[in-house]
Amino acid sequence: MRWDPNREGRDVIMASDGDKNRTVGNAPVGSARQERRGFDSRAMRAAFPALHREVHPGKPLVYLDSAATAPKPQAVLDAVRRYDAEFPANVHRGIHTLAEEATEAYEAARATVAAWLGSTDPLGDASRVVFVKNATEALNLVALGWAGSRLEKGDEVVLTVAEHHANLVPWRMLAERRGVTLRYADLDAEGRLTFEAVEAVVSERTRVLAVTGLSNILGTSLPVDRLVALGRSVGAAVVVDLAQAAGRLPAPVNGGWLEADFLAFSGHKLGGPTGVGVLVGRPERLEETEPILGGGGMIARVDLDAVTWTEPPHKFEAGTPPIAQAIGLAAAIDFLDQFDRVAIAAHEQRLAQRAARELAALDGVRLVGAGADRVERHGIVSFVCDAVHPHDLAQWADADGVAIRAGHHCGQPLHRRLGLTASARASFGPYNDDADVDCLIATVRSALARFGRHRATVAVGSHRIGTPR
Amino acid sequence: MIDQLYCDEILDLARNSPHRGDLNHPDLLACLSNPLCGDELTIALKLAPPENPDDTDPDHRRIEAFRFVGHGCAISQAAVELLAEHLEGRTLAEARAFSERDLLDLLGLPLTPARLKCGLLGLRALKRALDAEARDRGRPF
Repeated sequence: MRWDPNREGRDVIMASDGDKNRTVGNAPVGSARQERRGFDSRAMRAAFPALHREVHPGKPLVYLDSAATAPKPQAVLDAVRRYDAEFPANVHRGIHTLAEEATEAYEAARATVAAWLGSTDPLGDASRVVFVKNATEALNLVALGWAGSRLEKGDEVVLTVAEHHANLVPWRMLAERRGVTLRYADLDAEGRLTFEAVEAVVSERTRVLAVTGLSNILGTSLPVDRLVALGRSVGAAVVVDLAQAAGRLPAPVNGGWLEADFLAFSGHKLGGPTGVGVLVGRPERLEETEPILGGGGMIARVDLDAVTWTEPPHKFEAGTPPIAQAIGLAAAIDFLDQFDRVAIAAHEQRLAQRAARELAALDGVRLVGAGADRVERHGIVSFVCDAVHPHDLAQWADADGVAIRAGHHCGQPLHRRLGLTASARASFGPYNDDADVDCLIATVRSALARFGRHRATVAVGSHRIGTPR
Repeated sequence: MIDQLYCDEILDLARNSPHRGDLNHPDLLACLSNPLCGDELTIALKLAPPENPDDTDPDHRRIEAFRFVGHGCAISQAAVELLAEHLEGRTLAEARAFSERDLLDLLGLPLTPARLKCGLLGLRALKRALDAEARDRGRPF
């Protein structure tokens, strides 16, 4: 029997070794994917059960927090349930039918991920796909397992001031441990993150270039192909935090992203389950990387006085991996892959751009980062209201059913760089539409009206009081 | 619920905070931040001289001035203003005995778990200052 990871009624050929007519998910690999369904946000929304709930009586959910996590389409819920109900077996352990079905589905998920990232040879690239807990673990694995034993005092790691803490704290920890120096690319005068700024801090001392592919706060992206070329030119490894980009930007079909030494993202931001993340590495880099977790499944041979590790990707997957979650992630990718990714990205960009324009037009509202006229705002708009603290705004919006994020979004350095401690953020997915932007603007307007006559409770006086004893 | 949370009293407390400001040479000082939003609050207390010159127990001294600086949401700012109003004139012993429950009762707001951190930020800063003072006992005041 062949396990079909897709919804019933879809004609799917599972790939196997030597299969010339290779197919992954629903689409032929290596050729243009045909017959994608036309993209319609309303039809898309119907597939997400969580988007149909009320958050308060009479207040239906307006979900504008996809950059934190995406809701799950029914296809993902079904795929996870199917694993749990029909073949809930461990992988790479058993000979029985359930174990084989589970193993096949889990391993097939790697090729699905590789294809999603633009691989021209998803089956060949499947062994480059390591399943971990989340993007954070993937980045820690690189910082500890690869850089941790290779970088020395005086070596430099280049980051940007806009990194998510997930791509900053592991490098800070490395810096403390190994005496490595961290260099940060700064924003330009307009508040944008640019490739040129990264270029300006890269030198022959740079050993690692670890940057975000798309800022979770600014919504602006960096070109992965140019980062790769830049890293190569100085012999530095290029690590791209794709946590936002993996779901928001269409991967180049020539496999350009996979030229990077390491890529990291989380499954849940694509609509997959929580608990699974992905590290993709170049084969030689994965060979060089030391595992950071030891246990079952990652060994070739264990003696009482010696251990030999097995090959990547299993070398990094000690213990029972997130099987249901990886299968669910593949289902999320198959779901998204039915639609035109370029159209989805353009849709999210248009909604964020419209929201940015209308927010910026409100008295007392300022955008975080570039102004409203910038177009490279990939589905994310962060902003501050002079009279309303982000937490109060998010609470106010929630009462209207509007879910936005408030806080520093795991980007404290960027907020400090901009003279802020926190901001509000609206982020859009393919299931959002113009009515959602209307709701956002309406709730921000009413918050401004309520809080408006009370001026901001921002810093008054100096931050230093008196003289400490 | 939202109207109760952001009622006039709360917004007024957050906006017009007589206890917001600096204090020279405070006797107690502590800074605390809310990791959720990065908001920071510093509180400073000035103690009145002992009422009985022979009484050396600082717990018996009264809080002559309670000031705070920092920035935060309406809930955290209103709560610390209310705390300052309530504790000024009371003894350090009374401040030590003042519990999180007491402050929430004083606030009377329906706070969700995430907003509890906002509401209690000022009190937790105060507790930090009081704990530090207790550790430092024995040092000359």
